[in-house]
Amino acid sequence: MKRNIILITAILGICALGISLSHAQQPQISSTINKRGEKPAIAIPDFRGAGDSQRFMNTLNGTLFSELQNSGQLTMVPKTNYPLQVPQQPSDFRPPANGRSQGPWLTDWSGPPPNANYLAFGYAATQNNQLVLYGWLYDVRQANTSAAQLIGKIYVGSMDEEGAKKVAREFAADILKYFGAESLIGTRIYFVSNRTGNKEIWSMDYDGTNQKQFTSYRTITSFPSISPDGTKIAFTTYPIGRGAGGRAVTEGQPQIFVHSLETNRKLVYYNQQASMNAASDFMPDSRHLLIYSTAGGTGFSQIFLTDIDGGGLRAITHSRSLEVEAKVNPKTGNDIVFVSGRGGTPQIYRMNIDGTDVARLSTGEGDAVNPAWSPDGQHIAFAWTRGYEPGNFNIFLMDVASREVVQLTHGAGRNEHPCWAPDGIHIVYSSTRGRNTQIYSTLANGAAPVQQLTTQGNNDNPVWSRATH
Amino acid sequence: MRESKRLNVSRIGAVLLMLALVLFAAGCKKPVPVPARTLPPVSQDGNRTSTPNSGEKPVINVFTAEPSAIEKGQPSTLSWSISNATDMSIDHGVGAVQSRSQRQVFPSATTTYTLTANGPGGSETGTVTVEVSTAPAAPPTATIGARLSSAEMLQQQAQDAYFDYNHNDIRPDARDALTHDAQLLKQIFAQEPNFTVVIEGHCDERGSAEYNLALGDKRSTSAKDFLVQLGVPATRIKTISYGKERPQCTDATEGCWQKNRRAHISAGQ
Repeated sequence: MKRNIILITAILGICALGISLSHAQQPQISSTINKRGEKPAIAIPDFRGAGDSQRFMNTLNGTLFSELQNSGQLTMVPKTNYPLQVPQQPSDFRPPANGRSQGPWLTDWSGPPPNANYLAFGYAATQNNQLVLYGWLYDVRQANTSAAQLIGKIYVGSMDEEGAKKVAREFAADILKYFGAESLIGTRIYFVSNRTGNKEIWSMDYDGTNQKQFTSYRTITSFPSISPDGTKIAFTTYPIGRGAGGRAVTEGQPQIFVHSLETNRKLVYYNQQASMNAASDFMPDSRHLLIYSTAGGTGFSQIFLTDIDGGGLRAITHSRSLEVEAKVNPKTGNDIVFVSGRGGTPQIYRMNIDGTDVARLSTGEGDAVNPAWSPDGQHIAFAWTRGYEPGNFNIFLMDVASREVVQLTHGAGRNEHPCWAPDGIHIVYSSTRGRNTQIYSTLANGAAPVQQLTTQGNNDNPVWSRATH
Repeated sequence: MRESKRLNVSRIGAVLLMLALVLFAAGCKKPVPVPARTLPPVSQDGNRTSTPNSGEKPVINVFTAEPSAIEKGQPSTLSWSISNATDMSIDHGVGAVQSRSQRQVFPSATTTYTLTANGPGGSETGTVTVEVSTAPAAPPTATIGARLSSAEMLQQQAQDAYFDYNHNDIRPDARDALTHDAQLLKQIFAQEPNFTVVIEGHCDERGSAEYNLALGDKRSTSAKDFLVQLGVPATRIKTISYGKERPQCTDATEGCWQKNRRAHISAGQ
């Protein structure tokens, strides 16, 4: 009985603690991450298709809606609040006469119940065996249709599912661009997958589609990093060599490989004579690489800067502790965040590119690893075991200037390797919350549902790049 | 008389319990602000140290050896869990320990391990004995037709050196294993002048892949440095870190994690 009371007290305590934490922390950081304030409300009635295009309208409408919803930048007006008369093109609009409705009008959308600020409408047709989308975006708070029109454009795709997705994505990208949100369309996520039986580098579209194998080294290949100009990839692999007399295939010590993303050819990169060389991050000029290696001779992995071909080695850290995972601030090119074991457990530190002004960013609790800069260079995402047993990582975000921290995942599996999308709003990471390790995307402010991007084998270490290859 | 008194006490207890439950249930409906609570400090090993209650005597909840009887050269795992202690140690070279952990030992003869726990409220000791039987002596190499190849000797006789979580220092049990390995390697190298070995450094699954790559590297080079100090030629040893990529076992238990935190010697090419 006494044990029960203790148990109940403990549960209530934990419950109350959780409530007070989430109340205290969430609003502050999300206001710094999502500066855009009130989100515009948009209505998108389903588009109709003429002729052959009818067969692909479900795909077109579904893609358009989810692209805009998953951007996290817009409030979607509930479809049940839409008026009955839906315009297909600008000429459908008829202003009311003597207070009586003559057809669809702007105020049907701007007034209650929809209370929309914007309306995206249009239709699809078949022309020369191609799928053609006519899309408009109106600001329905304006007095007349010519003042209301913000976008009026034609999008052409092939007459199939792919074509329907393409035109919908292009229209969505134009709408998002109008609202100042960067579209992720065309960006790729590189990641590590073991679905072939070996860890290899793969890539996929920002939404998990179009997954392609990039490397075929049939050993352990991991830690991808993409150059900011989108032309190169660096990663770490155990090169396979023939043993004496060609008798056995053996794995060599881990080394850095650099490939062209345009040709997929291996480029020249001279690895240091060391028991370990690992790729970490490209500098903003795409001409230099941050690595960690035992080249220093101290016996501990240290952080170095090298030229793109491995020459010009410069040591940045000089410690007798493990130094790994250096990531450079993409805005300044000077601030480095990295993981160091100098305090006994791995923690996140910052320093200048010349190794000066070292300061610990994480509190020293648990293990803090996998730092990743936001594109604006003001925040980092990282994986931390704070509040959990060793190994049970969650994703956290930190405002680097104030060191204010917010927790993005809450104990569902091991959550690691966060990486920001080029839009500075989306975040990808890997998690063991399901049966295997898979890659998930979400919004940094937690305001949209989490999407699972991979399903086959185990997939982790996602890096989001502007590269389109 | 005594019986009825006990009954009264339990009745009062039941009433108090009901009252407490009602109060808790009422409290649950309103989100009562709770003062932020700091988590207990985390030790270097990543285990949360239990804060000793001042005044209470240390308690050894568990102290076992599994298996408690081994053949010479085989490992036995000591496991313990201690409360209310500030410093804890085990004799026979194990040294200072955390309040809840495990350690593999390789005693060469029957050994009684004594766990001593000291705290503000006094001290407590516990003992556990590992019975060691001598393994049937390996037949002298001359008596069997085919001599074991160097690679076979290495595979069958080399002992892994084990490490603590987030650590790369050579523990007393790893010292024993590597001292054994140094003798074995000298014998093998004398027998086959061109033979080389690779020391693989491994980690358990809990740390990050990147940190584990560096940690596995340091474990393998620490083991190499130890062997070289004992006279094994450095030129015959290469090291490689596998981080957590090649675990020996995949259960999420401390027993399994300990097996994976190791330096392992295999034949070079």
